Amino acid sequence: MEHQHLDPTFVTAPTPVRRRRRTGAARMIRNRLLVAVPVLFVTSAGMFALGAASPIDPAQQYAGAAAFTTSEENLAQIRANWGLDDPLPVQYLRWLGNLLRGDLGWSTSRHEPVVDVLAARAGWTLLLVGAALAVVLVASLLLGTLAAYRRGGWFDRALRTTAYTIQSVPSFWLGLAAIAVFALSLGWLPAGGLTDITATETRVADVAWHLILPVGVLAVSQLPWFVLFIRDSVADSLREDHVLAARARGLPGRTVLFGHALRTGLLPFLTLIGTHLPELVGGAVLVETVFSLPGLGAVTVQAALGSDFPLLAATTLATTVVVLAANLATDLAYSAADPRVRLE
Amino acid sequence: MSRTTGVRLAASAALLLALVACSSPTTPSDNPGGTTLIVATAGEPDTLNPVLNYGVDGGSLIFDGLVARDEGNRLVPALARDLPEVSGDGKTITVRLREGVLFHDGTPLTAKDVVFTYQAVLDEKVDSVLRSDLDMLASVAAPDDTTVIFTLRYAYAPFLQRLTLGIVPAAAFEGQDLNRAAFNRQPIGTGPYRVTSWTPGDRLVLAANDRYWGGRPANSGVVVAFVPDDNVRAQRARAGEFDAAELPPKLAVGFDNLPGYRVHKVPTADYRGVMLPMGNPVTADVAVRRALSVAVDRTAMVDGVLGGAGEPAYGPVPPSSEFVEPAAAGAPTADPAAATALLEAAGWRPGPDGIRVKGGTRAAFSLMYPAADSLRKELALAVTADAKKIGIAITPEGLTWDAITPRMGSDALIMGYGTPYDPDFVSYKLFHSDFAGQGFFNPGSYASEATDRALREGRAEADPARRKAAYATFQRQLATDMPWVFLTYLEHTYVVRDSVQGVVARVEPHEHDVANSIWWNINTWTRRS
Repeated sequence: MEHQHLDPTFVTAPTPVRRRRRTGAARMIRNRLLVAVPVLFVTSAGMFALGAASPIDPAQQYAGAAAFTTSEENLAQIRANWGLDDPLPVQYLRWLGNLLRGDLGWSTSRHEPVVDVLAARAGWTLLLVGAALAVVLVASLLLGTLAAYRRGGWFDRALRTTAYTIQSVPSFWLGLAAIAVFALSLGWLPAGGLTDITATETRVADVAWHLILPVGVLAVSQLPWFVLFIRDSVADSLREDHVLAARARGLPGRTVLFGHALRTGLLPFLTLIGTHLPELVGGAVLVETVFSLPGLGAVTVQAALGSDFPLLAATTLATTVVVLAANLATDLAYSAADPRVRLE
Repeated sequence: MSRTTGVRLAASAALLLALVACSSPTTPSDNPGGTTLIVATAGEPDTLNPVLNYGVDGGSLIFDGLVARDEGNRLVPALARDLPEVSGDGKTITVRLREGVLFHDGTPLTAKDVVFTYQAVLDEKVDSVLRSDLDMLASVAAPDDTTVIFTLRYAYAPFLQRLTLGIVPAAAFEGQDLNRAAFNRQPIGTGPYRVTSWTPGDRLVLAANDRYWGGRPANSGVVVAFVPDDNVRAQRARAGEFDAAELPPKLAVGFDNLPGYRVHKVPTADYRGVMLPMGNPVTADVAVRRALSVAVDRTAMVDGVLGGAGEPAYGPVPPSSEFVEPAAAGAPTADPAAATALLEAAGWRPGPDGIRVKGGTRAAFSLMYPAADSLRKELALAVTADAKKIGIAITPEGLTWDAITPRMGSDALIMGYGTPYDPDFVSYKLFHSDFAGQGFFNPGSYASEATDRALREGRAEADPARRKAAYATFQRQLATDMPWVFLTYLEHTYVVRDSVQGVVARVEPHEHDVANSIWWNINTWTRRS
């Protein structure tokens, strides 16, 4: 591994090894896609089966408080308009057929096309999750490595105590506390919303300003796992032979720490990101609620409560696609980082 | 090494904090000359089309009905020139339209638009839950551009109350499926405000309609912020983001001594009560139902559970209504002695565990409430405690609505609803025997010939005095049969900035969000800068 990077020919001239890796990557992508299709199929069919088992009546949910004054006949007409009286397989096949034609269906809880709901909201959730993930990565690599370097020192102990404390606090509470401190007591940051309440347009600076607290809260709530993981894996690798050898050769501490120990610890970290992504999305749902952000989180909860299966199926599929893509990306990154990993 | 990195970290953190501290957040009050008012509400509409149940009972801000309601909830002409004329048999209603009214897009309002709006509600292909409210409507026609004639299947005295429905322009729907029209998100009305933008999940931005027939609004616009979580809304209100916000009573209390804000407690017709089903051997006994009504301490519930924001309830007609029957009211405080006497007289004797028994039946039943509703939960617990004092064992059960619905015929339930507009609106379906056991209509299968007759008279009778007499009979009969133990009317609480002028609260129904809230007349509000 070491010598490949030192060897200039490896970078400049394509070697048979490299070509093999590239075709390996293509094969892996193709294989994963072949798996993804049945996974998505089963997920969406499962959604509809759960929908059939749910006792919640979407029409009654749609009526809201008016359910007290709306006759059963009136609700039956609405159900008929939505095609909810058809047998489940018929509903599923219709949904599938529309999906293949690019039509995601009609959201009964939002009363607009599902694609519009996604278009209006998915971007904000991606922005929130993406920014939080970036903060988590940078902060956990930095803090975890430093804690590992002075294992058992005051910084390490303080960091671990803080991490365990945060891990035990619900992110909802963390959000309310952040608002109380940074928005109410100190008055530094806005307490919620996507933009200034009187803003007539969505400006980048305004949105960024409003996202500082939500991104911070989401990042902090997800940080403990990652920090502790990095800290342990760097601490372990500091004791590995090649790191000890590098140290013995008299290389500077920083080079050993970041160049050798962290690099070894980094690989399993990629897997951790992949597996932790769903949890990050879950955290985003709560954070969106606390900071009144118009993301997918709140609308998914609403869809679930209202038995809005077209919308629920779409958000579930979108999440599944993101998770599958993330897994593929981490595996590709893993293999790129570690030549010992063979792509099959 | 780690020391220098640590120092750098600390330095950059300090720099970040300094940057954050320097740039002060922009609050709306810093905005000079801004006369845009900002209100915050929990509920967000899923459509802005009146046909699909947006702002139907007036105060929709974007639309006008043929009639509107003033601060006393009395009907006043709106798009109708005068209050509509009702024929002698009560089955034909003639409306003459105000002339020169323009929709937001500049097209003039005609009788065709009115006909289209009502026909859309009646159309079975349209997903409107309002259709059941217009059961009595046979047809609607426009003999000319300024006249609309409604024909009813049967005489229905409160029909004019149904004419608050907002009117939509027919031309905007030509060749479109109303359920899916773009209009539902970008509506065109005749009201004091037109929609500038709607960011679902975030806010609705309204601009003043300078050509409004009722006079140009006193402010330049309104922003409605959607903040579903109560605590978050309270915190954002504290941060000074809103001119007015709806808050639960317990969160509004904190604003009483906060300079710059005033708490408004608005009376409502929004009641909470215990529905006692006839399909349960214990609650089917009228003596048990009456005893419970005497045993519950309504004053304690208002003070404790509602934090003072409410008043005792004895029936479905609110004290603010002209139809209320004072003789149907009970005592606000508990009278365990009288309640015990009622039970004793009916043969309910204390058993070994203190719970009363009659003919082998224990005086015990379940009281369901929607688990997510903390107010109903506390009321259920209060009823349980009061009932225990007279030897009735209640088991409170917090459930989801789908678990509650199939059990409503045999288990008691904390219900809530109510409207200030007409006693027929909710009560007919809740207490008429025709609707026994039909979903949320009369789920306890209460049946009384006297009640049925009074409800029928009340809806058909045009003469106000005779209508009032019919509803007095209805209320007295309910107080005798006690199919529900009514507990409290709520007060909706709002915090409003001191500098806002023009606030006039009116009695509110159960539902209140963008429409029908304290800002029903926000087009007359101003703010001192």
